[in-house]
Amino acid sequence: MRPEPRLIEVRRNVLKQNDIVARELRDRFHRARVFVVSLVSSPGSGKTAFLERVLTSMGREYRVAALTGDLATENDAVRLARSQAPVKQITTGTLCHLEAAMVQTALEDWKPEDLDFLFIENVGNLVCPSSYDLGEDLRLVLISVTEGEDKPLKYPSIFNSADIAIVTKMDLAEAAEFDWDAAYGNIQAVRPGMPVFQLSAKNGRGMEEFLSFLAARLAELRQAAV
Amino acid sequence: MHELSIAMSILEMAQEEAQIRNVRVEAVYLKLGALSGVVKEALLSSYEIACEGTPLQGSRLIIDEVPVVIFCAKCNAQRPISSLQLFCCPQCGTPSGDIVQGKELEVVALETSDLEYTNPENKECAPNPV
Repeated sequence: MRPEPRLIEVRRNVLKQNDIVARELRDRFHRARVFVVSLVSSPGSGKTAFLERVLTSMGREYRVAALTGDLATENDAVRLARSQAPVKQITTGTLCHLEAAMVQTALEDWKPEDLDFLFIENVGNLVCPSSYDLGEDLRLVLISVTEGEDKPLKYPSIFNSADIAIVTKMDLAEAAEFDWDAAYGNIQAVRPGMPVFQLSAKNGRGMEEFLSFLAARLAELRQAAV
Repeated sequence: MHELSIAMSILEMAQEEAQIRNVRVEAVYLKLGALSGVVKEALLSSYEIACEGTPLQGSRLIIDEVPVVIFCAKCNAQRPISSLQLFCCPQCGTPSGDIVQGKELEVVALETSDLEYTNPENKECAPNPV
């Protein structure tokens, strides 16, 4: 006869392993007094162009470096390296997102102590990265004006895993008939209070404002760490 | 599509717990938040694939979908939102990003049976006694 099945309580977070590594990373970054920013977006919304511009501009004043995730190629790392900042590619193979352990491995021969800012560009994907903490201080979600204003409504999870939204390719806004009010409204609908920046990596619009924002966040971090 | 790696983590956890308690796992109970970033259907099929050829082959994954609940400062109360596209209090309409519930991805319980009993559905993969 089939014995009675028993129910036993377990309560285990499935992503605990990732969360543990992410916490270790965050502690390590804070000890090193480096401010860590990650970027998520769909493929082609301009993460790499944006980051190249950020690295180039900030590199004049700060010690900056970047890790960039990609399924197969090293193209992004090659592009970012033009900024003269140290850049390392994390090739994920078939994996559609970065995990904390990959960041940890990529940093093995780097010293976060020697940096002011570390940027982590995730694989282009608006779904999977939302589940994985990478130990960053700030997560940016990017949407471009060519993608449609309803992206936030379609991907509420990723918007709720991020801290700041950035609307990219603003130089194309008019040609794409981009409706800023609708896009902003949609971001606020899924993530009330989320700060939003409008940027163009091509003509530099909005960059200065964003860079001062980052500089202020670094100053805050360092003040808190004193 | 990261459901397969998540399914494998679930399987690993269940196996670990089963080994400690020396039992067979018949079902895994999972809490899945609407904001977890994981798709239920994809997870269910991934789980089946992940279990193939393991002691958990034939076990069930029972998913409890957890809706998003926010805290409304105006009402001073926790409220379930009416749509994932609108994070505001369904009573007073005040927007809120203060998420109280809905990001869960948690194994909460296991349904187990004694190892001596062989489930006719998965008798070919009796657990390794080691």
